[in-house]
Amino acid sequence: MGWSVPDRNAIEIRGVRKVFGAGENAVVALDTVSVPIRENEFFTLLGPSGCGKTTLLRLIAGFDYPSAGEILLYGDDIAPLPPFKRPVNTVFQSYALFPHMTVAENIGFGLEMLDRPKAEVKARVAEMLKLVRMEQLANRRTSQISGGQQQRVALARALAPQPKVLLLDEPLSALDYKLRKDMQIELKRLQGETGITFIFVTHDQEEALTMSDRIAVMSAGKILQVGAPRDIYDRPAERFVADFIGESNFLKGEIAGTAGGRATVRLSSGAEIPASLPEGFSPSGAVTIVVRPEHAQLAAANGDASLSGTVENVVYLGTDTHFHLRLDDGSPFIVRRQNSRGGGEGLTQGSRARVLIGADAAQVLKD
Amino acid sequence: MAKRPFDIRAQPGFGFVALLTFFALYLPIAALVAYSFNAADSLSRWDGLSLRWFISAWQNSTVQDASIRSLVLAVWAAALSTVVATMAALATTRTPPYPGLTFKYAFINQPLMVPEIVTAVALLIVFSRIKVWTGYSGLGYLVLAHTAFCIPFAYLPIRARLEGMDLKLEQAAADLYANPWRTFRHVTLPLLRPAIIAGFMLAFVISLDDVVITEFVKSGGQDTLPTYMLGQLRRETTPEINAIATVFLALSVLLVTVFFFVNRRKP
Repeated sequence: MGWSVPDRNAIEIRGVRKVFGAGENAVVALDTVSVPIRENEFFTLLGPSGCGKTTLLRLIAGFDYPSAGEILLYGDDIAPLPPFKRPVNTVFQSYALFPHMTVAENIGFGLEMLDRPKAEVKARVAEMLKLVRMEQLANRRTSQISGGQQQRVALARALAPQPKVLLLDEPLSALDYKLRKDMQIELKRLQGETGITFIFVTHDQEEALTMSDRIAVMSAGKILQVGAPRDIYDRPAERFVADFIGESNFLKGEIAGTAGGRATVRLSSGAEIPASLPEGFSPSGAVTIVVRPEHAQLAAANGDASLSGTVENVVYLGTDTHFHLRLDDGSPFIVRRQNSRGGGEGLTQGSRARVLIGADAAQVLKD
Repeated sequence: MAKRPFDIRAQPGFGFVALLTFFALYLPIAALVAYSFNAADSLSRWDGLSLRWFISAWQNSTVQDASIRSLVLAVWAAALSTVVATMAALATTRTPPYPGLTFKYAFINQPLMVPEIVTAVALLIVFSRIKVWTGYSGLGYLVLAHTAFCIPFAYLPIRARLEGMDLKLEQAAADLYANPWRTFRHVTLPLLRPAIIAGFMLAFVISLDDVVITEFVKSGGQDTLPTYMLGQLRRETTPEINAIATVFLALSVLLVTVFFFVNRRKP
């Protein structure tokens, strides 16, 4: 996109802990989480169910209060405020539209509660209806419109009071595939047009990669890694991140040497592979490295001390082909190769092959 | 051939038993309504069709008094019990379950479980003391007593509605700058309205119909329609009683019908 993201934090989560229950039944939903979220950014909390992403969103919205820590909104701690005193609005997973009101009344609700003048409410509702392309349905009941339309009303309702931050709790999960794809683009457009900071919660890695400026990957109440989609995908810092997002090959080896954020890893076969290190991490001894299937190439085996194995399976997928290999040390390895017309090489089931890993294809994991 | 699932309607004799039950239930009522149009002076003789007993009841000042008292009492009791029941329903549903909650349900529904005669005697004793202390012997005692036993009837539909309501709606209102009072006023209450109306009407009918507690609690000259009718039965009875009962029945059927339609309506 054309603009640069300013370095001002809209939200700053500082050492936030959330424990449900007490004593032996206590469950730690958030384990001392800290993360800054920049102004105007599309920030995604990504993780499997139960990782604490929704809990964090609820704490920002004010539906729950942290057990410890601070939540700063442009520098002010909002953690103790009730939801109706926070300039932050939510799009709920179930939309939670008011069934006794029309589409327009739903959108105007927030402004009415802020006691804005009638004329202003009316003008803003009209503007919002236009923004989400719902002008025709302004006077319908929310039960008389489709799921995709309800979704857009929920968005308009949350955007109408011009919140400082918009929270979205898996808002696309109830839509079918096609509609979800359209709404992903729509959401990105709305974020661009309104310039509001979006905090988006999802368990769908593809959704996260498509829409986000930055992603925080969460697991078991912790944020494991924060970064742009490309960083997260190309340079996963931990095994969980590499495993959760995309497909991965994991190889065990030993550090043979490090220099300037890079390392050479010696595998059990004797092959030495260059790999990059996660920031501020200088390991020694045994490590695991990750290689994405499309970042490795295959060549005919030549008997030297490289990474080689036997092709066990070849899966043709239209756009590309997956080669499932069994390496000589017994571990599995997948190589993905993009197909071209008239391509198709001699590698078939049972062939011996050599895996080539480029200079910037491997990444050392922290665990 | 696929075995058909058990269906009680397909059992031999089902139709006959069903018919018999309907007759047993509705024949007396049908007879009562029919005899209210009797021209004769006595309940035991049919003397042709007439509206004379309806007119006679309408012009009877004691019946008029008792009817007005019944209606005033029912409106007060239904209104008060609906307010209390709404508060009780909110307090028992908008909270995570905690030990003692079941006890509270039982406590609120106590009038459904304690035999009415026990409550009646208890109230008689308490109220007679208070009457002596305060010197007040107005309709207030009956209003209080009726309110108490109407609460569970108003409470049940309201609680059912609240339990079925999506909690996210109230959260959404709070998220959109509505404080707790405005959330209640603009979201919870409008969604609860059909249940509140239903609860009010149930309470109204229950109060209108009560004999036992009223008989014990009322002061002299405070007959309601049901206690007046009871008193009449001790004397010579005329079809006037039937006429009153028929009007009563029509009113109840009307209210229950309205209740049914109000309750069925989706928000």
